[in-house]
Amino acid sequence: MTPRTLFEKVWDAHVVKPSGDGPALLYVDLHLVHEVTSPQAFDGLRLAGRRVRRPERTTATVDHNVSTGDRALPIADATSATQVATLSRNAREFGVELFDLDSPGQGIVHVIGPELGLSRPGMIIVCGDSHTSTHGAFGALAFGIGTSEVEHVLATQCIVQSRPRTMEVRFEGLPGAGVGAKDLVLALIARIGTAGATGHVIEYTGAAIRALSMEGRMTVCNMSIEAGARAGMVAPDETTFAYLEGRDRAPAGDAWTAAVCRWRSLDTDPGARYDREIVIDAADLSPQVTWGTSPGMTTDITGRVPDPAAAATAAERESLTRALEYMGLRAGTQLEGLAVDRVFIGSCTNGRIEDLREAAEVARGRRVASTVRAMVVPGSKRVKAVAEREGLDRIFADAGFEWRNPGCSMCLGMNEDILGPGERCASTSNRNFEGRQGRGGRTHLMSPAMAVAAAVEGRLVDVRQLLKSVAILS
Amino acid sequence: MQPFVRHTGRIAALQRANVDTDQIIPKQFLKRVERTGFGPSLFYDWRYLGDGRPHPAFELNRPSARGATILVAGPNFGCGSSREHAPWALGEYGFRAIVAPSFADIFYGNCCQNGLLPVVLSETEVNDLFRRAEAAGDAGYQLTIDLEAQRVSAPDGFTARFDIEPYRRDMLLQGLDEIGLTLREEANITEFERRLDALERGSA
Repeated sequence: MTPRTLFEKVWDAHVVKPSGDGPALLYVDLHLVHEVTSPQAFDGLRLAGRRVRRPERTTATVDHNVSTGDRALPIADATSATQVATLSRNAREFGVELFDLDSPGQGIVHVIGPELGLSRPGMIIVCGDSHTSTHGAFGALAFGIGTSEVEHVLATQCIVQSRPRTMEVRFEGLPGAGVGAKDLVLALIARIGTAGATGHVIEYTGAAIRALSMEGRMTVCNMSIEAGARAGMVAPDETTFAYLEGRDRAPAGDAWTAAVCRWRSLDTDPGARYDREIVIDAADLSPQVTWGTSPGMTTDITGRVPDPAAAATAAERESLTRALEYMGLRAGTQLEGLAVDRVFIGSCTNGRIEDLREAAEVARGRRVASTVRAMVVPGSKRVKAVAEREGLDRIFADAGFEWRNPGCSMCLGMNEDILGPGERCASTSNRNFEGRQGRGGRTHLMSPAMAVAAAVEGRLVDVRQLLKSVAILS
Repeated sequence: MQPFVRHTGRIAALQRANVDTDQIIPKQFLKRVERTGFGPSLFYDWRYLGDGRPHPAFELNRPSARGATILVAGPNFGCGSSREHAPWALGEYGFRAIVAPSFADIFYGNCCQNGLLPVVLSETEVNDLFRRAEAAGDAGYQLTIDLEAQRVSAPDGFTARFDIEPYRRDMLLQGLDEIGLTLREEANITEFERRLDALERGSA
């Protein structure tokens, strides 16, 4: 048999109807739903008199609009409250399971799917959300869709897709201390650009990926979309199985044994070919930080803001000039030392327990600078509960961080967590677009460890310097 | 879905790369539960000044773009969030087609689902359009997009061919409902589900 990649195996196993040259009809194992991109889809079903074909393969939660403050209070914004209430009504009417605000399972959709054991190897997973690529960390083919497609999947449990090309991104070697999953993926985006993987599904391979926890792999796959990729995937291994075993919705008993046996066969076959290959030496990487208004505008923390005059084309020069103007930065400015007003730790990129552990490790025994407002927003109620069991909330509170309730929060500021105009933020989220965190807000993306370092110093710093001082002290 | 066969209209030139869907429709406008009402918020942060008046320098507010129905933009248009509110807002504003050197994948699909035709021309061709539009000044520049012939043309002699997947083209030309088409595959879907459910129960 022809050797196949992980992607090809998952794709082939889901073809409901072969297509010749056109797009294929693929079966969807798991459909995740949230309040922002679903109301019009449920409305469409109602208008056409259709039902949800497989409610048991559909899971909903509220995350984008929810307050991260006091949950005893009603949602202050009337339109947000309506959207949340609309999902409740739709879930009831169509028989879809909903992890609503009162549920102990509530959280960001891309955090709860994995932690419930719903996201599993070999699946096709979709959601009306571009960061659905997160679930590819399990060896699933997971991608974001629009609301019309949400309606299509609700009605048919299938999706029409043209076959993407494949790209291997191999991270060789192991990153040094203070360099992690977020730095790997930011470095990739800096290298290939925000449209570098358009039309492709990335498979991440190499020693640095194998060494990552599931949380780290999710961080990498999460930001695949920021490189333009349709999806990102990591072949499942013992780390994957250990993460999934015993989770609420993971198979158990004989079904678990059979599943693991199937999942072991998903690995890319020796000799299988990708359409493109990128190799990055992880050992060479420094902590990464974005300086502009697109995730590709990234450099080493030891680097400087680039000079638009050095751009290769007029269009690029124009876009760099615009970005610097928006960010309030001058060409040649050193990133280290740039003062920040706000720090946000959370989101579907970096709101998981491993992220909070990494952040707490740096925060322990330190204080947030008096000029900075810093908040930690756990990705889900479960993450919050585990963190509190481990005493991480105390570490953050003692250091002067706000410890808040789970949701998407300041990653996109659909709730009240937003930046003011001109405020500069060290953020563990995924997009530094103009206005993303609030009109006029200036976002610098980085890892949780780097964000905490920025919080305690009040400016962008190289977290390796802080870690070094700890090592000397101990 | 409204079919797209052939359309002639004035262009709005938005000569910027990597225009993301957060710019097309900022998050504070995603809270509606209807498919309509997004047009006035299109490009909100660029289009309006802080006090709500139109920003005179923004490309869509220029006299040359008045009544525009075709948006011409830089590469990687529609990157970022999957929000279909972006094509809804563009459509409601009055756009019937978007011409760019490249589009982000999810946005491209979302446009096709809404009868908003995404047209990929080469960077050279798009830059040529920007130059011609600029030369036309406030009078504006008119373009015809013919999906049947897969051709873009203008009275001044500009002409370019574009590619589109045959499946997308047919859907757009006929304004077809994708759900209706898929539901015709009921027997195939049911058979697939029978095998999948058995496999997951461990009985296969």
